[in-house]
Amino acid sequence: MSAAALQQTPLHALHLELGAKMVPFAGYDMPVQYPTGVMAEHKHTRAAAGLFDVSHMGQVLLVGTDAASALETIVPVDIVDLGLNKQRYALFTDEHAGILDDLMVCRREDGLFVVVNAGCRDQDIAHMQKHLGSRCEVRPMPERALLALQGPAAVTALARLNTDVAKLVFMTGGFFELDGIPVYLTRSGYTGEDGYEISVAAEQSVALARKLLAMDEVKPIGLGARDSLRLEAGLCLYGHDIDTTTTPVEAALTWAIQKVRRAGGARAGGYPGAAVIDRQFAEGVARKRVGLVSSERMPVREGCKIVDAAGQEIGVVTSGTLGPTVGKPVALAYLATSFAAQGTEVFAVVRDKRTPMTVSPTPFTPNNYFRG
Amino acid sequence: MSIKYTPDHEWVEVHGDGTVTVGITVHAQDALGDVVFVDLPEVGKSFGAKDTAGVVESVKAAADVYMPVSGQVVEVNETLRNDPALANSDPLKAGWFFKVKLSNPAELDGLMDSTAYDELVKNS
Repeated sequence: MSAAALQQTPLHALHLELGAKMVPFAGYDMPVQYPTGVMAEHKHTRAAAGLFDVSHMGQVLLVGTDAASALETIVPVDIVDLGLNKQRYALFTDEHAGILDDLMVCRREDGLFVVVNAGCRDQDIAHMQKHLGSRCEVRPMPERALLALQGPAAVTALARLNTDVAKLVFMTGGFFELDGIPVYLTRSGYTGEDGYEISVAAEQSVALARKLLAMDEVKPIGLGARDSLRLEAGLCLYGHDIDTTTTPVEAALTWAIQKVRRAGGARAGGYPGAAVIDRQFAEGVARKRVGLVSSERMPVREGCKIVDAAGQEIGVVTSGTLGPTVGKPVALAYLATSFAAQGTEVFAVVRDKRTPMTVSPTPFTPNNYFRG
Repeated sequence: MSIKYTPDHEWVEVHGDGTVTVGITVHAQDALGDVVFVDLPEVGKSFGAKDTAGVVESVKAAADVYMPVSGQVVEVNETLRNDPALANSDPLKAGWFFKVKLSNPAELDGLMDSTAYDELVKNS
């Protein structure tokens, strides 16, 4: 794809000004890193605060009193009971319980605010139009940019623009003015750190980004570090760790399916693939997503086969790198369930060499969420 | 002593004694980003030109390191193995990868000089 065919976020010129290395990602020309590089950006986010442009992601508002009930027909998640300004992780499933996309849902005064992956956005919007369109308005918000401010100093930095943002706890949100710029923000993110995701009008996004970047704690962070940060936090990347060939149960995302939506719950089933998921809850699954950590230095990457001590293939890596904070290779992989118990020793096959790995709990680095 | 380059962004320092030292260029380490791991060939092993002789990995990606000329590996940079970031901080000196005893010195004529390599980088 030529650069000319790529879309640009409202912060594109700012990325170039900051010296970003730009790469095509999900149809957008996006910053993969700034001059300091992925390692420094990763560590800065864990130590202070990183500013990410995630405006390529799809923001959609579902408007109407029936929106929550309607959305429950395409996600296995409790949306109806979601309180005002509360946010929740959700999944679109297909009839085989494969995952069409993962998303964040937040109940605002004006509707259900949905954020979907850039690569799935058009398909997700069509999916929502088709299944929800008769019950609520599906309103894409291409006029909004999305910034993420992540890291232990994110609250200090953002509170300079409005002290009230410090009162929010993890997975809640609200309308705020940041030094006069109206936004909707949530205290959440994709790094395992405390922080915020900020939905702002495209034409005010650069001004907001500049206010934040002017602060000592805040540095711009590219997609490279975003990936290594989320991986250390044990968070799935759609199209890699989850897709239509994986179910939420196999993907170890059962925590996202509340009891009320499971067999025997008050609003059980009623979404695509419910029968498969209920059966997998009852009977278990043949493979599971796990975390793997290596004590050696060689990174273990996506596509790498996992074998047991006898050399029998037992799984495959779906994401992996050397975790900059962990200081060791970390990976997410699907393993035959009999090997999925924590502490199990397995081997990754990298360039025909075996490297030992241990099935380990995720996150690989402790989460640093603010729960009040 | 002269330095030659390959289209795979490796440099080859030609010594007068029939050996060469091989590393990755400034452009290569910049494109890769922070190097976190190198896999070096076994000392004593012989390779043909363009054979894969090692691997260099950053947080983002893994790339093969090719043998620029045919020959036998006579030394590898153990310091680099223990401190892969040298490939970023000093790619042309302390970040060298391996030394090769040439089996066919005429192959050096097929490599680029610095002018040709700079042109390649400029147009990439």
